[in-house]
Order: sequence, then structure tokens, then C-alpha cells
Amino acid sequence: MKDVYQQLVSIVGPAYASNHPEERFFYSRDGGTMEPREPDFVVMPKTTDEVQQIMKLANEREIPVVPMGGGLVLSGLSRPLKGGIVLDMKRMNRILEVNETSRYVVVEAGASQGMLQAYLKKHHPKLKHSVPDAPPIATIAGNVLIHGSGHLSAMGGFHTDMLNGLEVVLPTGEMVRIGSCSTSPYWFSRFPLPDLSGLFLGWAGTTGVATKIAIKLYPNRPFNDVIIFVTEDPEIVPDVIHRLSGVAVAEDILAWMTPKPVWAHGFQMLNVNYGADSRRELTLKRDLLRESVSKYIDEKVGGFMPLPPDMKKRFLEAPASTLAVFADVNKGGGFEYVGGIMPIELFPEAYRKGLEVASKHAVTYSLGARIIGLGHCMMFFYAYAFNRADEADVKRAQQALEDTNGMVLEMGGIPWKAEAPAQKQIINKMHPPTYELMNRIRAVLDPKGIMNPGNWEVS
Amino acid sequence: MEYAEILHRCFRCGYCKLPSSYQDLNCPSYLKFRFETYSPGGRMWLLREWLDGGIKTSERFQEILYSCTACGNCVEHCIFPKFKADLLNAFTAGRVELVDRGVLPRLVSRYFKAIYNYGNPYKLLKEERGKWAEGLDIEIYKDHEHLFYVGCAGSHDERGQKMTRAVASLMKRLDVSFGILGADEICDGNEVRVMGEEGLFEHLAKQNIETFQKAGVNKIITLSPHAYHAMKNYYPFFGGSFQVLHYTQILAGLIGKAGFTMPSKPLKVTFHDPCYLGRHNNDYFTPRVVLGAIPGVEIVEMDRSKVDSLCCGGGGGNFFTDILGGGPDSSSRVRAREAAETGAEVLAVACPKCAKMLDDAIKAEDMEEKLRVMDSAEILIERLVQANEENETATSVSR
Repeated sequence: MKDVYQQLVSIVGPAYASNHPEERFFYSRDGGTMEPREPDFVVMPKTTDEVQQIMKLANEREIPVVPMGGGLVLSGLSRPLKGGIVLDMKRMNRILEVNETSRYVVVEAGASQGMLQAYLKKHHPKLKHSVPDAPPIATIAGNVLIHGSGHLSAMGGFHTDMLNGLEVVLPTGEMVRIGSCSTSPYWFSRFPLPDLSGLFLGWAGTTGVATKIAIKLYPNRPFNDVIIFVTEDPEIVPDVIHRLSGVAVAEDILAWMTPKPVWAHGFQMLNVNYGADSRRELTLKRDLLRESVSKYIDEKVGGFMPLPPDMKKRFLEAPASTLAVFADVNKGGGFEYVGGIMPIELFPEAYRKGLEVASKHAVTYSLGARIIGLGHCMMFFYAYAFNRADEADVKRAQQALEDTNGMVLEMGGIPWKAEAPAQKQIINKMHPPTYELMNRIRAVLDPKGIMNPGNWEVS
Repeated sequence: MEYAEILHRCFRCGYCKLPSSYQDLNCPSYLKFRFETYSPGGRMWLLREWLDGGIKTSERFQEILYSCTACGNCVEHCIFPKFKADLLNAFTAGRVELVDRGVLPRLVSRYFKAIYNYGNPYKLLKEERGKWAEGLDIEIYKDHEHLFYVGCAGSHDERGQKMTRAVASLMKRLDVSFGILGADEICDGNEVRVMGEEGLFEHLAKQNIETFQKAGVNKIITLSPHAYHAMKNYYPFFGGSFQVLHYTQILAGLIGKAGFTMPSKPLKVTFHDPCYLGRHNNDYFTPRVVLGAIPGVEIVEMDRSKVDSLCCGGGGGNFFTDILGGGPDSSSRVRAREAAETGAEVLAVACPKCAKMLDDAIKAEDMEEKLRVMDSAEILIERLVQANEENETATSVSR
């Protein structure tokens, strides 16, 4: 393996290739509950050419490669299950192009959410991108590639729906362009060509290494507000979501249910964020949203809660920094969640069963749901905090997550960015020819099986 | 190890690496090395594993611990209110542990030895300490209102001396009552403390306190924010309670009243907040008041300023050990480029270490033609000279 290290050094330089125990320790795990798996090397390429050289070397020597963005997925997807090379992509962090008229941005795969936010604020203040609630150091590419969602998802759907194009290095080292950029100097759309982006989205890094990505941008409106619909009857929530999203003015709709603070316990809160170009427009949109659920206000089974200014400010923040603080609830630096992608009519069941799992495992929980599109589906999340220093507590959270994954699948949902064991649960439920097709595609793209092996595998 | 109980509470969320705007990396060691291990979160997780015996002491581990500049960006931006204040304390405790186990990087050992043997890291004899003052007619402290404590960089480093002379000259001109210790001054110990040599720091602090008390010192003006921090916040633990002021805190009240005549040409200046005055002691206002009081000076802010300021890379002992190292991704060079982007002609500083680090960075970036590093006293003195020249020219023309 020493010669492999020397070759990696010759590609990226000695400062950016490591086989030291310190890096091997840190990159063997993430902030979630999954068991550590050590890489042999950690490498930080700076260019697509360097990524290609690394992939050619890895393919020739049959060394596993695991691409990593911010390392914040929490479900252990960037752990090298079979050793090999972790490719930390964060040195490739340039913002390459912003097209104001056609509203898109092209970035390198290691560019962070926060970096793009700041760049747009300074140079293109009338534009914004959909920011996930991951911390701002999370990468744009990483989040898109796992089908993330964020603060514009009620308007634009999954972040994958906002994808315009990709540059990808294949496991065999060739570089390919996906979308309009394959045929035109513009990165305006994935269409009207055959949409090859599906070969790389949701595969947990098992089909290639994205090196550039183009995403859609949206108007950054000068007036913004949030209103919160509250009820304690989960049965009405699907219809409330259906009505609120149907008005088609919300940028983001986010449900949250937590036992703390005490005043929130037992309620279902629905934050509705929206923006406007004038105060008049903002008022109009607020009235439309209120009107859409007036039935429930009249029946006195729900209503909009008054919001003190500091709380409103917090709910307008993107990303919501308070979410990560959940990790310290047990003074233990850890939480992980199952994000069940499911139709909104499953909300009451998803909520009830979430409470049951939390109670059964005695875990500290927080539940919520981000609405995708005009109520087309939701990402229902079950977050469990744990104390990293307490093995039994970690185990409890792990069990709760496993049960939750099973429960989501049983209900008809699908766990998002699933841990390797949960991927197996999904495969077991999947139409067998679908999984067979996945394997055939992977065999073509990655004949030696070097890309993040251990993921999307049965054994 | 002290603070060991917070190490496992880091969630790796990474807010600690960034400024409030999230625009770029704001942790000097992470910015330079880019491996997660060199970030504050990396240090937390590695320290925990090291204490548990999972990883051994190595040169890499030492480099990870000692490349931290103790700038405090992580403390400022960590989102966990219950333990964020102790992040730097935990890293210092990690270095204390290395000292206790006797497993230090060679450069760090050498630094401690020099301080112990010479009272300064330059291995210079005590007679050299006050030589910066030659020709300035500055008195040795005796019944003055203030002691002007210069520190190691201000006494021995060529760039630091230039700044010291400017500050001392200006204070004289403004009739500040001060004296110096000259050959009797020794290191304040701030870097020794941050680098984990608690015993040596205690020795230095007690020795300084004794010297100050014997001389009857009540008020101290420091050149360096590092000394300001140590004397203000740590010397009281050893019985040394003095009124400690950074030199800008003296100048702020005097420059505006001095009625200096300034040249007609305006000067665009951007200010680099020193970590030990800013983030560690929450004074972002005073140095700007001083600059703002110099007629004709226009202050333009860098994108990262005040709580978001990017450290010059000289803290945590790195000014002397250079474990952080140079190169285009070093924070000093990134900072120099950021300053140049503002269009300022002068990158103003308030710390001799920042002056040297940023001076070198500007040379490395080949930007000497368009950007100069100056402290507020140097700016003021230069402008007084320019005003005199203008005045003389005008007088000779009128004759």
C-alpha cells in the first residue's frame, strides 16, 4: 500500500494525501450512530483532472473510493465500509458561474452551502438558492446527490428537482457531462436530452464522483415572513398541508413536533415561510394562506399562533442553526434521524408511530416534516439525540433508528439517505427487477466495484 | 485533563470553522491544512480518542494541536452555548497534557527553553531588551503614571520595534506620563500559557508582578494585545491586579484633542482586528476610534471584521514556532488579499505580531506597491511629517 500512497502524493501533493492515524480515525465515522470503518487514505483533490487520476489509479489497483462532501449526512454514507480512499472534496470549492437571467449557478462539488449563500448575498442579492437545514459547511453537491430538500422545497421540490447539470468522473476515470452543459456552453437544464443524471442521484456515491454541479436559483424577495399554524389534531394535518401548499405562495412549509419546550408538547406546528416584493404583496399572500385554512380556524381546531419578534427572526433563519443544538440535549454531541419520504396523507400515522418508537426506546426525540412541492410528498423526520460517551444511549438511539426505518417502510414511505443496514431493508421491499436493474447499471459504470462498496448491496 | 468532559459533546457541525456570513473558512489551521482533523471539531474528537488511548502521540497529533492560533473564532461561532466558552480552554488543556507527558514538538520545546533561559524567545541578552528606545529619550519607569510594557516582539523584532518606537514617540508627544522597564522587562507569558506550559507561565507572571509591584506600578499600557490579555485576565490569579490598557485605549482619548494638522490627501485604511483585543476582550471600537480621529483617514471594512476577523496566523505561539506555516492558503496571505480587495492603501494593525505577519504576507503576495501595513501611531506620525512638508512647500511658495 506504500506505493499507492506515494502515487496519491504525486497526484495531489504531500500536503493533501494522508495515511496518518489521525485522519484515518476522524474520517472513519460521522456524527451519527454507525460503527466506524477506517480508510487507508484520505485525499483532497483540487481539480477534476486530479480526481480522474485518482480514479484511474483506484480502478487499476481495485481500491475502494468513497467521495465525501461536508461529512454531515449522519447516516454513515461516507464511512469507507471496505477501507480504501476517502476523497474529501472540499478543496474543490469554487463558484464558477452565476447566470442572473436564467437563474442558475455552477459550482465545484466541494463548494459549501454557506459560501454560496454569502456569495449571492454580496454579488447577486436578488437571487438565492434553496438552503437545507444542514449546517452551512455542508456542500451543495453532497446535498443534491442525496436528494436533499430545503428552504425553497415547497416551491421547487427536492433539491434534485433543482439540478441543471453535472460533471462527473466515472469509476473508470473518464469525465462526463450531464445535461445541457454536455451540448451547450450553458448549464440551463437537464432537458431535452435523455436524463442521465439519474445514474448518479441517490446512489450514495456508488456510481461516480461529481466534480461540478449546476443548480437553479430563485428570486430573493426583499419582504419575508413566517406564520405558524397550530393544531393538536394530527388527523387534520394532511388536509391543512394540502390547503396551505395549494395556495402556491409558500417557499417552505415545515411541520415540527417536540416534547420541549413544554408549551409545544402535544401540538403540531406548521411553519409557512413566504416572501414578496412589496408589503402589500406580503399581506396579500398572508391573507391567502389564512383563507385557505379558515375552515379549521372557524371550527376552532387550529389557528395561527402569535409570534414574538425574536422567535420570528429565528424561524426566518436559513439554515436554522438551532436544529444542530439538539445534539447537545443529552450533553452528548450526537443525534441522527430517519427522514422518511412519504405521501402527506401518512402524516397522522407517521406522527403516532414516531411517538410510539420514541417511547419504546426511551430516546430524546424531535419529529417534523418538510413539505416537498405543492404537497406532493414530505420528508418526515424522526430525530433522536444521544450521548456519545454513553454506549447504552448510543445503542438505544441506534435501535430506535432501525425500528423507525422499518416502520417507515411498513407505512409505505422510503427512508432517505438510508444507512447501509436500512438500504438492505429497502432492497428487501423493492420490486426485484428494479434492484436487478440497479446492479446491471452499476456493473457497467463500475466494473470492478470500487465505488463506496457496501452500499446498496444485499450482503 | 481539564475540560475532558466536554470533548465528546462536539457534533462536528462546523459552525466553528466559519465567520457569521459563512463566506469562507475562518479557522486558520483548517484553512491552511484542510483536513477535518485540523478543525476545532477535529481537535475535540482527536483529543478524546488520544485520552482513551485510541491514537498515540505523534508529530502529526502535535502539529494538529499546536497549529491552532487560539484566535477564538471557534468560541465565537460554536452554536452550543453550554460548552462553547471552553473550546480553547480544552485545546490549551490538551497542550498542557503534552507538556506534562514531556512529548512536545521540537520547536515548542526550544521556545520554552529560550523563554526560561533568556526571558525572551529570541535568545537575546537582557541588555538588548530596551535598545529599541535608543535616541527617543524615554525614561526608565519611576513614579510615572503608566508603565509602558513593550513585550518580546515589540522589543526584539525589527518590525515590532518600528511600531514600538512610533507608539512611544506619539505618547510622548501627547504628554502621556510613562516609563519603561528597559533591560528589566521579561516576557509576559501569554503564549507560554496558551502553549500549555502552566508552570513557566506562573513563574513569568509572578516575576513580572513582583517587578511591577516593587517599582510601584499601578497602571500598565501594553503594546501587544497578547500581553494586555495575560496581564488583565490572568495576572490577578497570581495577585497582580493592575489597571491594564492597550495603547489604543490611551490614544483614543487624546488624538482627537491634540489638534494635529494633517495633509490634504485622504488616506483609505482598512483595520485588521487583533484577536486578543477583539474576540478575547471584546474591544472592536477603540482602535477604530483612534483611526477615525486621524483627520483624512477613511476606514473601509473588510468582509470579515470584528467578531468575524480572520486571524493573521501569529497566535498560539505560531508567530515564533511557525507550525502553522506559510503558503497561499495561510491565513496571513488570505487576509492580505482580503485587505487589498477593499482598495485600501493601508492595512492598519494594533499588534506587533499582526504587523510582522501581515507585512511578510504582503511581500509574499507581491503587493508592496499597493498595500502597506501600519499601526495607528505610524499612520499618524507619517501624516504629521507629510503635513509639515506640505506646510513648508506652501510657505516657500508664498515667499
